[in-house]
Amino acid sequence: MNAELILDRWLHVVAGITWIGLLYYFNLVQTPGLAAAKADGSAAGITRHIAPRALLWFRWAAVVTWLSGAAYLLRAANLSLTDAFLLQGASALIGVGAWLGTIMLFNVWVLIWPNQKKVLGIVLADDAAKARAGRVAFLASRTNLMLSIPMAFFMVAGPHGLPV
Amino acid sequence: MKNPLDSIWGTIISGLILTAILYFVARNFLVAST
Repeated sequence: MNAELILDRWLHVVAGITWIGLLYYFNLVQTPGLAAAKADGSAAGITRHIAPRALLWFRWAAVVTWLSGAAYLLRAANLSLTDAFLLQGASALIGVGAWLGTIMLFNVWVLIWPNQKKVLGIVLADDAAKARAGRVAFLASRTNLMLSIPMAFFMVAGPHGLPV
Repeated sequence: MKNPLDSIWGTIISGLILTAILYFVARNFLVAST
């Protein structure tokens, strides 16, 4: 393994921690915390100062994670980006993780971020549209939490040999 | 029927079930074919 691949793998792991760490923060801390904060009228600080910053790091960490993972599959001698997405050969197992990660990246940029912009007031929307956007963003975020479980399993199963 | 994604534990259990299903598929249809 050369220095370029080590650095790429390191970047992939650090960006992935940032992405998935914030995903878990949203689902395990912010969403239930925000519901409690709305009840006592203290939600404005979270929606104005915390959520936009968390979403900024969240969505760009997702991009860096995907790109560094794709670059690794392209450059590693024993793996192939094409084989990973075709689920074949030595790249098949990590390919399952790559597919799940790709679906999650789609959810971040196509479902979560555009709808969160409406919820947070970055994009103007009436109350009905905000409620719809909140539900879509919530379900997309929960879907990503669900997908992160097998995604992480197959990301680590590939290089270490799936116990079959 | 309630959406399991509406609760944290429903989401985590769904993720574990999906992991088991994908493991079965990988074991029988991916690893076996390579």
